[in-house]
Amino acid sequence: MAETLPSPVVNADSAPYWQGAREGRLLIRRCDACGKTHFMPRHLCPACWSADLRWVEATGRGTVHSFTVIRRAPLAAFAPRVPYVVALIDLEEGPRMMANILGEDALDTAIGDAVAVCFEDRGEGAAVPQFRRAGGRG
Amino acid sequence: MSGTSLRNRVAIVGVGESDIGKVPGMTGLGLNAQAAKRALDDAGLKPPDIDGLLTAYSFTEPYFMLGSVLCEYLGLQPRFNASLVVGGATPAVMLKHAAEAIVAGQAEVVLVTAGENRATGQSRDQAVAALTAVGHPYFEQPYGSSIPGFYAMIARRHMLEYGTTREQMAEVAATTRRHALLHPNAHMKAPLTREQVLSAKPIADPLGMLDCCLISDAGGAFIVTSAERAADLRAKPAYLLGIGEFHTHEHIMCAPSLTEFGATRSGAAAYRMAGLGPADIDVAELYDCFSVVPIIEAEELGLCPRGEGGRYWLDGRAAIGGGAVPVNTHGGMLSHAHAGAAGGLFGIVEAVRQLRGGLGARQVEGAEVALVHNEGGILSSHCTMLLGKDKA
Repeated sequence: MAETLPSPVVNADSAPYWQGAREGRLLIRRCDACGKTHFMPRHLCPACWSADLRWVEATGRGTVHSFTVIRRAPLAAFAPRVPYVVALIDLEEGPRMMANILGEDALDTAIGDAVAVCFEDRGEGAAVPQFRRAGGRG
Repeated sequence: MSGTSLRNRVAIVGVGESDIGKVPGMTGLGLNAQAAKRALDDAGLKPPDIDGLLTAYSFTEPYFMLGSVLCEYLGLQPRFNASLVVGGATPAVMLKHAAEAIVAGQAEVVLVTAGENRATGQSRDQAVAALTAVGHPYFEQPYGSSIPGFYAMIARRHMLEYGTTREQMAEVAATTRRHALLHPNAHMKAPLTREQVLSAKPIADPLGMLDCCLISDAGGAFIVTSAERAADLRAKPAYLLGIGEFHTHEHIMCAPSLTEFGATRSGAAAYRMAGLGPADIDVAELYDCFSVVPIIEAEELGLCPRGEGGRYWLDGRAAIGGGAVPVNTHGGMLSHAHAGAAGGLFGIVEAVRQLRGGLGARQVEGAEVALVHNEGGILSSHCTMLLGKDKA
């Protein structure tokens, strides 16, 4: 029996992020002191160390900064998915995050591709943000 | 300005390698011990001379406080001890910490070791799965990312921005294999062509199996002491001329750039301390966990201009006798050995040997100044050192 894909691990820094994903929303952190957004939610702003942060919903639009096609899965759970695309996505708001590119045309991914967020079910209502090619170049 | 310089203050006076390859009769600690004994013999010192120990980490053996564990295993009771974890940068950083301790009077003879039984102490699947832990557990691992995948994304970006090619990356593996064939203790013993690298099993595009470092059983060690004490010892000392580190991120998603890394800064600090520049380097031992990495490092450390690292390798300038600065004269982690932090440590061992001379066909003629660069994570943590046959 195939192993299931990993579910999100929720902690105090990330609970609203993963709750947002359950609701189909990509949430990122914005600093009210310096105005910068960041990815990978933190207790404080990595640019100015203010703890005055708020969650904002990203548009979900971004571009592919780089990517790879994984031909050998690092974990058994991903083996049935090979070959699959792992990419670094530059969000319209600025921060960079990692995700898979999903969809029939995922293997056609190129650097600079415009992508749009989607959400992949990971069991019991949990979801992880993913991306699909959106046509055109960012 | 910073405080006391480490320039000319300490030297490496002994180096050792364990048996390398598949060594089923040895534990990870055993490999460290074998390398340590060989380094100590090389220095002409005895165990009671050691008053400091630094080591790294192990993925294959479940020890907490690895430095203390290794002291216990070796029967040592030092006044200075730690285990450091900055990934592949650890060996060079350990030399820096050892030098700082010696200059501060906190130790006089420091044993530095690293090694693991990664080939036989775990299955290949376990090895790959364990290394996956280098990815961010919450924001990278859920996407089935892998370490080759991270470096593949860096390689692809370098290809786009500078026109670096698969052939150039493959030449890194082919050149260093030729070097490894000149080393009696290298893991890999068979020739390797660029074509074989290009046609190897794909792992994470654009990287194939032979663009990836080895999984070896291996331990390495070196002995550091003050320049004063080094002068009285048996082996020719390799003086520390300059050393610097720089750290920009851990996970690739947080890297400030996929084409510019901290090696430029760590290298600049090392050059500044030594009062030397890239033109003074005779031989370089660069970190090569994947074939693209020593291409990038050659650029960052000034062996060639930015964007020309691929050509540096393809044109044969990185080869012994290639007319420029030869790189990874022992074969590097692609062909000599890779076992955790030991991988980068062997670059230090090789640099010391090149400065001592007498390596036959592997010898870089007239080697007086060697550069060693270690990096950890995903080009995250960097440490560069310059070693000299003489003081700077």
